[in-house]
Amino acid sequence: MTQTVGGAHPNPPTISTIENLTHRQRRFEKPARSQRLTAAWLIAPAAVIGITFVLIPIALAFALAFTNAKLVSPQGPQFVGIDNFTRLFHDPVFWKSLRNTILFAVFVVPIQAGFALLLALLINVKVKGVNFFRTVYFLPVVTSMVVISMLWLFMYRPDGLINALLSKVGITGPDWLGNPNTALAAILFMSVWQGVGFHMVIWLSGLQTISQDMYEASSIDGASGWQSFRYITWPALRQTRTFILITITISAFSLFTQVQVMTQGGPLDSTTTIVYQLVRAGYAQQQTGYASAISLVFFVLVLAVSLVQRYLTRDKDVKK
Amino acid sequence: MSDTLAHVAETAPRVPDAKKTGMGRLIGGYTLRILLCLVFGLPLVFLFVSSLKPDTQIFGDVGTVKSFLPVGDISLDNYTAVFNRVPFWRFLMNSVVLSALTVILGIIVNSMCAFALARLKFRGKGVILGIILATLIVPFETLALPLLWWANKLPYYDGSIGWLDTYEVQFIPFIANAFAIYLFYQYFDSIPKELDEAAKVDGASWFTIYRKIIMPLSGPAIATVAILTFLPAWNQYMWPLMSVQTEELRPVMVGLDYFKQLNTSWGQLMAYASLITIPILALFIAFQRSFVNSIASSGVKG
Repeated sequence: MTQTVGGAHPNPPTISTIENLTHRQRRFEKPARSQRLTAAWLIAPAAVIGITFVLIPIALAFALAFTNAKLVSPQGPQFVGIDNFTRLFHDPVFWKSLRNTILFAVFVVPIQAGFALLLALLINVKVKGVNFFRTVYFLPVVTSMVVISMLWLFMYRPDGLINALLSKVGITGPDWLGNPNTALAAILFMSVWQGVGFHMVIWLSGLQTISQDMYEASSIDGASGWQSFRYITWPALRQTRTFILITITISAFSLFTQVQVMTQGGPLDSTTTIVYQLVRAGYAQQQTGYASAISLVFFVLVLAVSLVQRYLTRDKDVKK
Repeated sequence: MSDTLAHVAETAPRVPDAKKTGMGRLIGGYTLRILLCLVFGLPLVFLFVSSLKPDTQIFGDVGTVKSFLPVGDISLDNYTAVFNRVPFWRFLMNSVVLSALTVILGIIVNSMCAFALARLKFRGKGVILGIILATLIVPFETLALPLLWWANKLPYYDGSIGWLDTYEVQFIPFIANAFAIYLFYQYFDSIPKELDEAAKVDGASWFTIYRKIIMPLSGPAIATVAILTFLPAWNQYMWPLMSVQTEELRPVMVGLDYFKQLNTSWGQLMAYASLITIPILALFIAFQRSFVNSIASSGVKG
């Protein structure tokens, strides 16, 4: 396996590899018609699966949101107009989950992106052992979120590792996951710990596209470390930055596993999220219609973020 | 895809350090890096070490450095308990088979589709590409519940109705992957088109060109797609939680959740968690450069 992604192709096939093909493989076909036909059956498997399991379910999300569809029900779904949305907007738990989801995203995005950039800068230097540090910072990323949630469930116990560490510096820690004021923050901190290595690598790939000459020139001109970061590094990372912000935001909106394993939305709904409500409504309560309405709200949130991103990148391109 | 990504895993020395920054900053930098290593590494060390201890000792060690050392009452009892209390090997095999099928079938199906889009001429290509790019921004969570309802209505091959509670429902929906098609498309598009023409002159069919010329040249793209589809497949949790009830069909992550609900001791949970984590960490360390490059190349998307 070659380790590079992209770049030149190491061994292009020579004329002789092509000449070694069998006679059947070299059979002559009329170009235009054969291309259409070949394209059709090359695309067919992906198309059949994609239509059945992605496109139809997306269409169903829109359709079922206006029905009383149930997961298991002898009769088919009936049109109920905007009943599901009326019910949703009158449900205090929905508003709580929307608030928690947005709150989580608002805090996790800058914290995770900033911390990841700090890590990327720390390992983008010529010092011994940098590969080792990168590997360790990345380990939580390849560990499953279910495992991590289980592990931190222990660490967050009132008599767990976190409070034991805090007591060494004289702080009495709370019951992190049992207290409505700290539960969401605790999940947030753990999520950053798990995901930050992923975004560190993406920052790093952005950092390494910056030409070394720029830094040399700036250091000749007497620029400080902060100045060269502010005027060279930061502007050069524009695209990377947008990508990182968007991926963290979307994965923050999708918060589910941590909540399911650690708190089941509690205490006092302080950690319930949109996706958690979605699964509760559509799976535990089997109300597919109502869950589809929640799915649509979730989709609108994600779409809004993507459109904002598209708008921001286009704006900058015009200026350039 | 730019070839700059090739350097990511090498952590090429980019910023001149040392010399003028002086000894103090160097030591400060190292202290910070090592401190961070402890932050990221110690919880995992704690996981593995605790899997060897009975609960009384796990709790007794909290607050001391012994939490992170395999000392005291060390045994493999927790592991034996895992194998006795849940069909662990069954869960593991399920996850291995499901991930392998998702990855292998995904590579074949998505690369074929991308090949047609990147190198063949036909009408409607723009529309198909547009649809694929549009579905990239739709998270799975949006369609999960409608899909659950829909899967329950689909005819199954034995003539019954409903795909829930089967192996198929756990991997077939995840084979066609817009992001994988997009990655393959970009890569195939960068391979010179003259190769196709040369092969065509010699009478090779399009499928031959795909299989004997383009795919052998696309090792890096295949590796990237394999890694980026393997991790989510292995970590599948929400979907099997909803779509599968039968114990024998469960993958490892749902199995861990189930094990937890059996009032299991912490040590046994840690043992189960270690068993499903160690193979992945070993794979990661063995193919580290490929892993890191795959993640980095996913960042080119935007």
